Amino acid sequence: MASRAAKERCDAGYGVGTTGQAVYLDFKSNLINKYGRAEANKQGIENPDIDTLIRLGKEVVKEEYGNLFDMYEKITGENPYEVPMRIYPAVHYTMGGLWVDYELMTTVKGLYALGEANFSDHGANRLGASALMQGLADGYFVIPYTIGNYLSDEIATKPIPTDHPAFLEAEKHASERISKLMNIRGNQTVESFHKRLGKIMWDKCGMARSEDGLKEAIRDIQGLQNEFWSDVRIPGVVNGMNPELDKAGRVADFLELGELMCRDALDRAESCGGHFREECQTEEGEALRKDDEYAYVAAWEHQSTGGWALHKEVLQFEIAKPSQRSYK
Amino acid sequence: MEHYNMNLTLKIWRQPNTQAAGRFETYPVSNISSEMSFLEMIDVLNEQLIKEGNEPVAFDHDCREGICGMCSMYINGRPHGPWQKNTTCQLHMRAYKDGDTITVEPWRANSFPVIKDLMVDRSAFDRIIQAGGYVSVNTGSAVDANAIPIEKDHADSAFAAAACIGCGACVASCKNSSAMLFVSAKVSHLALLPQGSPERKSRALNMVAQMDKEGFGACTNTGACEAVCPKGISIENIARLNREYMTAGLSAER
Ligand code: SF4
Ligand code: FES
Repeated sequence: MASRAAKERCDAGYGVGTTGQAVYLDFKSNLINKYGRAEANKQGIENPDIDTLIRLGKEVVKEEYGNLFDMYEKITGENPYEVPMRIYPAVHYTMGGLWVDYELMTTVKGLYALGEANFSDHGANRLGASALMQGLADGYFVIPYTIGNYLSDEIATKPIPTDHPAFLEAEKHASERISKLMNIRGNQTVESFHKRLGKIMWDKCGMARSEDGLKEAIRDIQGLQNEFWSDVRIPGVVNGMNPELDKAGRVADFLELGELMCRDALDRAESCGGHFREECQTEEGEALRKDDEYAYVAAWEHQSTGGWALHKEVLQFEIAKPSQRSYK
Repeated sequence: MEHYNMNLTLKIWRQPNTQAAGRFETYPVSNISSEMSFLEMIDVLNEQLIKEGNEPVAFDHDCREGICGMCSMYINGRPHGPWQKNTTCQLHMRAYKDGDTITVEPWRANSFPVIKDLMVDRSAFDRIIQAGGYVSVNTGSAVDANAIPIEKDHADSAFAAAACIGCGACVASCKNSSAMLFVSAKVSHLALLPQGSPERKSRALNMVAQMDKEGFGACTNTGACEAVCPKGISIENIARLNREYMTAGLSAER
């Protein structure tokens, strides 16, 4: 809610800083009232004055978040212990990933996906530090038990030669795609497409989404995709280090993934976790869930003919039940 | 912070591949915002080069927030540019003023061959890490948090050593192209913790052996590495590595 409010104020022209894309976060009252007071209590200082509270607060914040504050100062040249921070919300996670089974194997036999590459642990909203949690949980506690099941059946398999038909087919597919990209020889840079895609996603599939916005986004992305495949310019050669070609392959994938994310968001006509549909909110502006209709994981299967097919994996909550979030 | 725009002259090392000879090329860039990062400024240059039908400058980058160690650039004679304890990606253009000339080169060390332009091959570091091998830990079930007590001082020193991002600035700044600061950070990080103790001796010996095999030079205690390290890795770690190496070499069991 705070993030949406920050974006709304900036969109309305009240943002601060050179870009107008920021609001102030004043840490001072937190330094004094939260961290400073707690530390003073701990140290048994009675009736601390403001300077003491600020000093104690700074020490605590330095120990806990010092690296973030240092990073901020490097970026902006301003000391966030002294002046309010300029902040702006950013979407930084898809809230999804590759489908895996309980053993963490993907739909490709023998290919396992661990950590944030898979969809499995974080639900509709990714919580802070869950990257580390998921990496550790999958790596330490799951895969040591599960991958052996697969490997034990493969122990007698000899190395697979690179002239195996599957290998040849995959190689042919990859090199055709590369030469297709290189032969476009258009006028627009890879970076410019990436930026335009990012803008569409940010505006229409970001912190708040609506049916109309998502439909527009899908159309915009399809248009952009056509433009990309007919007008992208990739300098350099195929055989040799070529970061632009590398980036072009990724942006081509992002265009597909972006469209899929919009389709998924359009399909889910409820608000839930990081997915906020403007049509679905409570009177206070909180996310309105519809658990009777949407308590499922949406797994989208890529179709060889193009497009995606939806598989619903029903979610059953036996002990902890999902509930409406409230900060009150 | 006051915002301003500037025009700059860039002298950048261009080298098509490892074998080819390289040379400096001069490029003007204009209207660079003081709020841009150094890499964003190179992005602007690259967009310009591609539009003009030229090849963009190849450079390594990934996280752009000082944690991955990819952004290796020698800027005006100093790895990672003029700021202390800072990576190239965290360098911002307010460090420069209108009309400045900035010279950008790749890391220069025999063990880091240039791949293209500003990109160098740092896989020698990966092989050193590999030579260090695994640490024996239990997997499969979660142990209770804080089950292994660690003295705060040790935890802090291990953490400070673990902050090394493997960027290679230490090697690039060293007149001997020595990798001692990097290796000492990696060895110290684990030597200071109980989790790293089962393989403590073999790790020190194997990592040093691999470091020598990769052709990195010896350490003459100059301290240039510490001065340019973006993560403030202390040369105390080199002293610790020497102790670890000696103790391991003198004892019968590894
Ligand atoms: S010791 Fe410092 S300079 Fe050397 S690789 Fe690590 S972070 Fe980079
Ligand atoms: S790009 Fe990751 S440290 Fe600079």
